Order: sequence, then structure tokens, then C-alpha cells
Amino acid sequence: MFNTALTISDLGFLAQGALMTLAVTAVSVAAGTVLGVIFGVVRNQIGPYWSAPLTFVLDVFRSVPLLIQLVLGNAFQSIAKLGWPPFTTSCVVLSLYTAAYCTEIVRGGIASVPPTTRRAARSLGMTWWQDMRYIVAPLATRVSLPSWIGLTLGVMKDSALVLWLGLIELLRASQVLVTRLQEPLLILMICGAIYFLISFPIARLGGYLEKRWSND
Amino acid sequence: MFSYTFHWNQALKALPQMLDGALITLQVALMSMVIGLALALALTACRLSGNRVLGGIAATWVEIARNTPALFQIYMAHFGLGNFGIHLSPYTALLVGIAFNNAGYLAENFRGALKAIPDTQTRAGRSLGMGPVQAFRYIVLPQMLRVAFLPATNQMVWAILMTSLGVTVGMNSDLAGVTQELNARSFRTFEFFALAAVIYYVIAKGVTLAARALASRMFRY
Repeated sequence: MFNTALTISDLGFLAQGALMTLAVTAVSVAAGTVLGVIFGVVRNQIGPYWSAPLTFVLDVFRSVPLLIQLVLGNAFQSIAKLGWPPFTTSCVVLSLYTAAYCTEIVRGGIASVPPTTRRAARSLGMTWWQDMRYIVAPLATRVSLPSWIGLTLGVMKDSALVLWLGLIELLRASQVLVTRLQEPLLILMICGAIYFLISFPIARLGGYLEKRWSND
Repeated sequence: MFSYTFHWNQALKALPQMLDGALITLQVALMSMVIGLALALALTACRLSGNRVLGGIAATWVEIARNTPALFQIYMAHFGLGNFGIHLSPYTALLVGIAFNNAGYLAENFRGALKAIPDTQTRAGRSLGMGPVQAFRYIVLPQMLRVAFLPATNQMVWAILMTSLGVTVGMNSDLAGVTQELNARSFRTFEFFALAAVIYYVIAKGVTLAARALASRMFRY
């Protein structure tokens, strides 16, 4: 194990893969969060009856394996002749996947704000938007942020599946090296260590915030 | 824009094959869940034992399971163990990978559930003359199961979704594997995978609803 054929440039290749993982995650989480906030507010605003179709669609994204979603997304873009590269397809599918989970988090956050507090805000003459911006947003963020951090990490880990569309992200990069060097254990351990180093500190931060910000 | 003609008939003709695959999917998910539960109980016991080494092993397991992708864990079981001369079949590798993952998440779930039950409960049980085992069995465990049950059913749904990853290590008998095989033969990717998605959705919903019904019966008091 200690006389390995792994070279510095191979490590650079892995680092490039890690950057791809981070890029896919960043784009998807950013887009997914924006969508999730919009969907969450809409669901809260129009009530469970009218938002049933939206709820159903988002539920599908949470109940179908991501791998199947990616394959379907890719098949769809080629059927519709959109000509998207794998990166775009992956980001679109992952964004919708993220949005589905984020909607739940946002909805939970908004629901955790006591209705009396919001009514008090409106009685003081605040508009709906001011109520949302100055009363609901700060209170809901406290409740939602830890789960949102968890979601971001989940998407980061799930983004490994985009290798199926041929995108060379961290796991795929290590697979390429394994095929060439035939040292699966060492290379996979490095790959796992990179994932761990990205995920663990942020997971700890999320746990800390959860403890610090819990209401009891 | 849509010059593509859909051939749903082909996919529907393959439905029995895919349902057979769905059974394998359920089988793998259930087995991984049973193994995962047993391992998670062992991990929780290790963490509570106060033994530094056992606790360290359990903590490492949980952190690795929770901070690396499930696909990575399956790859580790399939490719990584080859270094030790252990060559697992795709089926076993998938099972090992998911069970490892389940154990990590469930152990964390159990720990949270145990924390949610105040120490005073155990003490009250003990002062009523119960032994430590009795207090755990009759006071702590029922309450803990109650807290841990719904997250555990979520984990079951996760396990079902995770079985689809088997196709990346060459598994061809579960739902995703069967679908991929059919797809490779006919290139009707969208139709086959859309049908697979429907089946996955039905299974996931079925498990969720069944668990909810079970929970409302079991935890009625």
C-alpha cells in the first residue's frame, strides 16, 4: 500500500473532481433554495387544498430515486432536443430535487412562527411583505437553517450520482484512477476522506446551531 | 420540438419483469433494514457502554456513514474490499453498503430518541423497585421506540431509494437493474425509466402509509 503508483497529477485530477462536485452542489443548492423558498411561501399562502398539485409533484421528487430522476431528465432533454450538456441536466434535476426538500423546510419554518406574532405585525400596520421580511424571515430562518445545512450536505453527497450521466465528479474521478492504477482501496479512501473533510465540519456547525438556537 | 414517438407498449409489456425486480428491491431494502437495525442497536450499546475503544469505533462508524455518499459506501464494499481479496457480488455489495449506511443513520436516530427521554424516568422506575434491565425494558424502550419509529420508517424509504444505486456496480436483478437492462436492449430510456419511477413512487408511498397506520395503532395510548 505504501509503494503506490499514485502521482501528484493524479491527486490534481481528484481535486478537479472535487471541484466539480462542489460546483454542481453550489449551483443546485442555490437554485433549489430559491425555488424552495418560493414554493414554500406559495404553499403556505394558498393553503393545502389549492397547493395539492404542487405538493404532489414535489412529493414525487422525494419518492423516486435520484438516479432514476437523472436518467429521466437526461432522456427528456434529448427527446425535447434541448441539447443540454450533462452539467446542465445534472444541475436542473438536482435543483428540483433540492427544491422539493427545501419547500418542506421552508414550510416548517414559516409554520413555526406563531400566528399571533404575525397578526400583531399586521395590526401594527405592516404590509404582508413587511411582515414576511421583518417578522417571519428572521424567526423562520432560526428554525430552518440547521435542516437547510443538512439538506445542503445531503445534496453534496447525492451529487455523486451525476457520474451516471458521464460528469467527472469526485467519485467518478476516483473510479477512473482505480481502473487505471488498480489500487481501489487507497484511491477510494482518499476519495472518502475528501468527502468527509467537506461534510464533517459543516455537519458539526449545523449540529451546533441546532443546539444553540433551539427554543427550549 | 417533440418529434419523438413514445412506445409505452414496450414498457408495459415488460411490466411483469419489472415487478419481479421491484420484489428484489424490497427484499434488499428489508434485509438491509433488519441488519441495519441490529447493527444500530449494537452501535448504540457501544456508545453508551462508556468503553473508550468501543465508543470510538461506534462514533467513527456513524460519522463515516453520515458524511460520505451512500454510493461511495457501496463502491467501497464492491471495489475497495477487493484489496483484501474479498470479492463481493453486486447483490452482496449493495446489501453491505446500504446496511452500513442504515446502521449509521439509525444509531444517530436511537441516540436522539434516548436523549429525548429524561433520566428521571429511569430513576422513577428504579425507585419503584425495578432492576436496571426492567427499567430499560418497560420504561425507556417503549418511549424510545415511539420517538424513533417515524425517523426509522423514513430510513426504510431511503433504503428503498438507495437500492437503485446497485445498478452502478452491475446489479441487474433489482428494479433499477432490470430497467437498465431493458433500456440497453431497446433504447426506450424514457418509457422504461418513467415506469420504474412510478413503481418506486408506489412502493415508497405504500411503505410510508403502512408505517403511519402501524404507528397510529401501536402508539395509541
